[in-house]
Amino acid sequence: MKDTTEATAFDVNSWIRQEQMPHFLCPGCGHGIALRALVWALHEQGIDKDKLAVVSGIGCSGRLSAYIDANTFHTTHGRPLTFATGLKLARPDLSVVVITGDGDCLAIGGNHLIHAARRNLDITCLMLNNEIYGMTGGQVSPTTAEGRYTSTTPQGNTEPGFDACALAAAAGAGFVGREVTMQVLGLRDLIGQAIAHKGFSFVEVLSDCTEIYGRKNDLGASPEMMLAKKSEMRPFAYRNTVDVPFRPNHLRTGVIARSERPEYGAAYRAMAAGLRGEGGDA
Amino acid sequence: MSATIRNLEGNEACALGAIRAGCRFFAGYPITPSSEVAEVMSRELPKVGGTFIQMEDEIASMGAVIGASMGGVKAMTATSGPGFSLKQENLGYACGAEIPCVIVNVMRGGPSTGMPTRPAQGDIMQARWGTHGDHAIIVLAPASVAEAYSETIRAVELSETLRVPVVVLLDEVIGHLTETVDLSAVPETPEVWRKFATGPRAGFQPYAVTEDLIPPMPRPGDGYRAHCTGLTHAPGGFPTQVPEVATAAVTRTTDKLALHRERIESWRVQDADDADLLIVAIGISARAARQAVRDLRTEGLRVGLFRPVTLWPFPEEALRDIVARSGAKAVLVPEMNQGQLVLEIERVLAGKAPALRLNRIDGQPITPDEIADRAREALK
Repeated sequence: MKDTTEATAFDVNSWIRQEQMPHFLCPGCGHGIALRALVWALHEQGIDKDKLAVVSGIGCSGRLSAYIDANTFHTTHGRPLTFATGLKLARPDLSVVVITGDGDCLAIGGNHLIHAARRNLDITCLMLNNEIYGMTGGQVSPTTAEGRYTSTTPQGNTEPGFDACALAAAAGAGFVGREVTMQVLGLRDLIGQAIAHKGFSFVEVLSDCTEIYGRKNDLGASPEMMLAKKSEMRPFAYRNTVDVPFRPNHLRTGVIARSERPEYGAAYRAMAAGLRGEGGDA
Repeated sequence: MSATIRNLEGNEACALGAIRAGCRFFAGYPITPSSEVAEVMSRELPKVGGTFIQMEDEIASMGAVIGASMGGVKAMTATSGPGFSLKQENLGYACGAEIPCVIVNVMRGGPSTGMPTRPAQGDIMQARWGTHGDHAIIVLAPASVAEAYSETIRAVELSETLRVPVVVLLDEVIGHLTETVDLSAVPETPEVWRKFATGPRAGFQPYAVTEDLIPPMPRPGDGYRAHCTGLTHAPGGFPTQVPEVATAAVTRTTDKLALHRERIESWRVQDADDADLLIVAIGISARAARQAVRDLRTEGLRVGLFRPVTLWPFPEEALRDIVARSGAKAVLVPEMNQGQLVLEIERVLAGKAPALRLNRIDGQPITPDEIADRAREALK
């Protein structure tokens, strides 16, 4: 845990492009909390904004990159991890953070997630899971809970959902964690650990889509949704265990999986340096 | 034998040309008949401090190439038909966000899996219009291994200086053809780079309208902290839906190529000045046409060849000039598809001379004899 005096020095406004305010998120949306936790963690990790690249995909989560005062890239649907892979390999001096959503990362971009995890390039992937395609009007996503109503499951969702953390861990991600938006400080610290981890790190934020998902399923306003999500979670004591790959009703939060494997970029550069007869500096 | 004289395959020449032009990043995915480009890059790039990566799919390799280029490194990928289809999504991003990158597309039979090991020229229209929406793109069509080398160098240079994706469009024959190439035939010149942003960071606009219509590109780490998006964006880089701003944003990218057309366009002519019949062809079909022209000339028939090396934007003024100057009665367009290049020729000539067709879609190259026979028939 970080020293709290450092935390008090954090000024969220210094990380946000003021000219892009007001943001476009709906009232009560959890993504704003995740954005704050992210920039707070970046601040605490001492990340230089000039050397920070934030790469996002398409959807509500994808729009967040435009609000961060850094080198920001709003890419194509499901592909931010691929852009980030090229960027990080070409520019190992940059800190690369990906912001993605449950549809972006697990549906159209699912292949890229498992291969980014397998490759273990030093990228931090923040997946904002609001269980729905919010931007397009509330269609079912790969994490929508069974029975839930969406605009494409008018009879209730009959598909099982992914457990994104189990997927990332099984594919080899070096650091995997999950947190709810209610626990802002816990989320900040989890993202901080992910950024500090040398290798592919994956953090799932259980976010809240109040305006579309919440209304459609009569889940109450934002406070009710956040509290309900918090109460559904299993405590930190279950950390270091891996969930089953299909989403149970109760998910664990905290650090879900951790492993030390060679970071891909360093391994590649060491190989290349060897070819050129250069010394060990990777 | 000089060290610069090499026996090279077309695909290999593309890879070596790219490296010579300063390309230091390649992301690809295996696909016939372009895989050799990736194989050469995987071997050569780490030796020169570059990076090769084989991605999980075609889409990912296009994304990685754009990501590397956004980081300020020259980047390329290579593919063929089905892979080229998959790359169109991110290629459109590179067009919209004006990210320099080079895509080698070695054409094979289609549609779909088609005839993977057989040549075709069926991607002529896809190379121009494959991604959705109005966009600017450059397509170069080498017809020899030496040209695969020199045109890939030119592709990197055009892509960098104009901030536009450039497609190097080979057919399978040129991709797998082995010829002797003198690498020193391309003169040693200073390395060509995109214009990077310099100057004040406050108020910097990543898509500012400059006189040359090519906005300087911010490099991460240089302090500009700019935003880049595939959404239609204002000069400041952020999304816009203001009608006139949106119109201006897209129009600048297409006007940009029109403004620099002279630098982009390239073509070759053979015996065209007095031609009664002008053949227009690219790639291996142009090689066959060259032989046909020689054969027909020995028979006393006045036949010439116009070969666009820059396929898109099509060198239309040049073709119109040659047709007007020669007084050609017709134009013959041999191509390995059902008739794609001919549509552009018809547009360019607008009835000034009829465009005759010669097409093959059976996975076999068009032969000089076929072209000569069709030409004789036309000149009867």
